[in-house]
Amino acid sequence: MDAIEVAHLTKRYGQTLAVDDIGFRVPAGATLGLLGGNGAGKTTTIAMLLGILIPSAGSIRILGHDMARDRFAALARMNFSSPYIALPLRLSVAENLRIYGHLYGVRRLERRIAELSEELALGEFLHRPAGQLSAGQKTRVALAKALINRPDVLLLDEPTASLDPDTGDMVRSWLERYRAESGCTVLLASHNMAEVERLCSDVVMLKRGRIVDRGSPDDLLLRYGRDDLESVFLDIARDRRGGGGAADPMLADAMAGGRAEL
Amino acid sequence: MLALRRIWAMVYRHVALYRRSWPRLLELAYWPVLQMCIWGFTASYLAARMGNPIAIAAGALLGGVLLWEVAVRSQMGVAISFLEEIWSRNLGHVFVSPLRPWELVAALLGVSFIRMAIGIAPAILLAWALYAFNLFSLGPALVLFFANLMVMGWSVSLLVVSLILRHGAGAEALAWSVLFGLTPFSAVFYPVSVLPAAVRPIALALPSAHVFEGMRAVLATGAVPWAQLGWAVALNGAWLGLAVLVFARQFREARVRGALLSIGE
Repeated sequence: MDAIEVAHLTKRYGQTLAVDDIGFRVPAGATLGLLGGNGAGKTTTIAMLLGILIPSAGSIRILGHDMARDRFAALARMNFSSPYIALPLRLSVAENLRIYGHLYGVRRLERRIAELSEELALGEFLHRPAGQLSAGQKTRVALAKALINRPDVLLLDEPTASLDPDTGDMVRSWLERYRAESGCTVLLASHNMAEVERLCSDVVMLKRGRIVDRGSPDDLLLRYGRDDLESVFLDIARDRRGGGGAADPMLADAMAGGRAEL
Repeated sequence: MLALRRIWAMVYRHVALYRRSWPRLLELAYWPVLQMCIWGFTASYLAARMGNPIAIAAGALLGGVLLWEVAVRSQMGVAISFLEEIWSRNLGHVFVSPLRPWELVAALLGVSFIRMAIGIAPAILLAWALYAFNLFSLGPALVLFFANLMVMGWSVSLLVVSLILRHGAGAEALAWSVLFGLTPFSAVFYPVSVLPAAVRPIALALPSAHVFEGMRAVLATGAVPWAQLGWAVALNGAWLGLAVLVFARQFREARVRGALLSIGE
């Protein structure tokens, strides 16, 4: 069963087409990377998946629920983390987690907070205001908030942005372990190509609101004749398709028109 | 049950905030107490100089100050609590949780009630201690006056929140000022008959004008003016219904424009 089904998704702001007729499916338990430069439509797509932004056209089904009609049933089983959306800075970490635990109807909430505190090493600053934490500590708290309800679908928007390599690696390791243990479906938007290569089983490349390519990281490397995803990303961003191009005829069509359902 | 838990989550968010911030708590009571001091001493001075008739008017003045603060604090309680979410850039997290918009509104109304009670209680005590004015001498009608002014404050605040959803933080000044603009038409300190004829229909369309006419009637005669209270309730129903419709529409429009993610910017 697919945990996320997106078809003909479009978002238009006046004359600007932020997302242009994209479609993809994410099987339950898979990790999909959403890649693209600034303004490619990643955040807009995630916002529509979360129901906070109404699409101009197209449909989204998450865990079998139509997000246009029944989004709250899906939202209770989802969660989200982004460094660009803060938690109330004057409240302590424990208070923040308590708020979101109640919002998501978490049972035995204090026990869940204690579990997350241990797993993500929050103990030393659990009762400190969120505004007094370092970037790495804030990221761990944001992750704890995103996992408070043990989500079946987890959306992560640049989860390791602005983290030092050590903390970034810790977060990635933790995400890998959590996904393996929980069977959670993850959609990850990131600019960190090494992170995408490590975490994602499948990658969707966005450019100017369109899907321009898709495949597993290994497939993409092979197709573009590159050694790392960063080079593939640059090929796509700079329209250098000669590095291998799209071998698959359907993908070639997608790259040419950017509208094909993948 | 889950809905109640989600509402409590958002109430708890503000309770936790105020629990650890005495300046915020102080700010809640500061203005009502200041108002009570200014108008209380003015009324005492006039009563001492001019005798008993002025003393009755002084009672109406103090009652007006206290009850108008109920409307003002209720309105600000909702609007500022919503602004707290914008200032903390937390709306994105709140609205991608299973929290329904009506549950957020219910939580904001609950927070507004708590804020209003904390803000008004010291002023009521001060009026009793310094000026021997007992607001509770208005009797059971006081509950109805309170309730009507609170609901009016909530209606106005939902309209303010709708404007913030529509125009972003640029509209936040309205959270503090909008109800003060209605003060002249609310007949807080004088009867509606004092207003120019052209302005009276505006006053009579506001629940507050009927509440204050009622308050003065209770102070002067002791009888509860049920007709005035009936008008206040009916007008509140109409204004609250309108405010809910406007809020629901602006919330949906904000989801179309993506404003819930960028509203603080």
